[in-house]
Amino acid sequence: MTLHDDSPKRPRAALPLAWLGLLPFVAFALLFLILPTMHIVVGAFQTADGAPTLQNIRNLFQPSILAAYWISIRISFATALLGCTIGFAIAAAICFGGIPKAIRGPVLTFSGVASNFAGVPLSFAFLATLGRVGLVTVLLREWFGVNIYALGFNLLSFWGLTLVYLFFQIPLMILIITPALDGMKREWREAADILGATGGQYWRMVALPILLPSLLGTFALLFANAFGAVATAYALTGSSLSIVPIVLFAQIRGDVLQDPHLGYALAFGMIVVTGIANGLYVWLRARTERWTR
Amino acid sequence: MKTRIWSWIALAIGFLYFALPLIGTIEFSLRKRRGEYSLDAYRWVFEDPRFRETFTYSVVMAICTILVGVLIVVPTAYWVRLRFPRLRPVVEFITLLPLVIPPIVIVFGYIRLYNTASLLPLTGSATGTNFLLMMGYATLSLPYMYRAVDTGLRAIDVRTLTEAAQSLGAGWPVIIGRVILPNVLVAVLSGAFLTFAIVIGEFVLAALLNRPAFGPYLQLIGANRAYEPAALAVIAFAITWFCMGLIQLVSRFSAQGRAKRS
Repeated sequence: MTLHDDSPKRPRAALPLAWLGLLPFVAFALLFLILPTMHIVVGAFQTADGAPTLQNIRNLFQPSILAAYWISIRISFATALLGCTIGFAIAAAICFGGIPKAIRGPVLTFSGVASNFAGVPLSFAFLATLGRVGLVTVLLREWFGVNIYALGFNLLSFWGLTLVYLFFQIPLMILIITPALDGMKREWREAADILGATGGQYWRMVALPILLPSLLGTFALLFANAFGAVATAYALTGSSLSIVPIVLFAQIRGDVLQDPHLGYALAFGMIVVTGIANGLYVWLRARTERWTR
Repeated sequence: MKTRIWSWIALAIGFLYFALPLIGTIEFSLRKRRGEYSLDAYRWVFEDPRFRETFTYSVVMAICTILVGVLIVVPTAYWVRLRFPRLRPVVEFITLLPLVIPPIVIVFGYIRLYNTASLLPLTGSATGTNFLLMMGYATLSLPYMYRAVDTGLRAIDVRTLTEAAQSLGAGWPVIIGRVILPNVLVAVLSGAFLTFAIVIGEFVLAALLNRPAFGPYLQLIGANRAYEPAALAVIAFAITWFCMGLIQLVSRFSAQGRAKRS
């Protein structure tokens, strides 16, 4: 700022004062967002004494941690894929599926509620429904004689967790993709019809190519959303299912890895994964905006 | 019509998937008394002093978070639009960072950066930790708050309003408090209700900073009781629903107001 004081064109007092207006935000962002994150990132590349090292990152490649990352990535991938598919089907149904208009509003409102209904209460809801004495489990047993737990279903497993995560993934997909679907111009469909395209051809050759960046972008966002979620899984499984956020949670609580800097590396790995996913989202979103304008 | 059938099938599957856990939870929450439905689980919850303590704590934290968020976000969004339009992408990028960096990583950073041995030992005292938790919540809600306010600002002519106020002799506090804020109030409110919903159910930050908030209480009850967790889930869902309903109400109210004015 002292450099600018020499510039004759600007009035002397105006410049620092204008920058002063950004000071609260900059201070807030630095103290409570950027510095804490930087501390973790830098710590991932330091030894306990503060010397630079790559050993922490190398230590991530031990079987138990790799397994945690792998199961986290698989769950995030499965919930993002299923969330995108089912959410897209529902969004398409309310946008141009010949469904009465009156249904659209409530579906979107409910999506707003459900996408925010994550965390501890969500796990309670599913335990009460599909737990060992949950409503659906009991009804299936009493009405149809099907014991889903005897068939190998378990809420505290990969598929169980996926099923629970979908409760906030599907609504998020509906909320994000509906504006993109609304941006699809009626004329495109009409033009395709006039040229003799079938419904399937229209979707395959016109609609999906236009929507593809949107779909992939939302997929990336949903992936990151699932990857960072801790509370739901923690309340559901305690620490029995070793997904990355839960390992990190246990590490922060009690240093289970016997090495604080390995915790930094673990957190750094999470930032890398969600960072890549979000970067993809931003990049793909920029590509769709020219269509939906 | 083939599309219509497929649409109804998609909706029906969605409806089943979302309705069953809700029905299951409500049914389960009523099952505490053997052989008949009762509200015993709810009675237990409301009579539990820890419920009241933790819930009050989270409500107070939510209100403080909203105040801090508004104080930081509204002037910043306004100032960036007025004086630093070129910085908008940068500020927007920073406000979106909490969606990229998982909350657990942010709070891990807090614990390491502000521990008792550090320059700013916030975690050393209850007040300091409360402050840290509040700032953490403000960080989590930053993306939603900033986007809401920025969208609200887009609808008004910031420059003209400012110049008009200035030529009438208003200072900065008056301009922001009495000219800009009322104009973006609807946007601020919808951001505020979302923040409220986020803070009430938040678990990770409060648990790792060891504060007696509602989220960790929920988890504790979930680990130790049978039917009460379901009752709590119903209550939590009602609160979320209530907040989202308020957002809808507020935005509908503003849409009508705008239509009348034009």
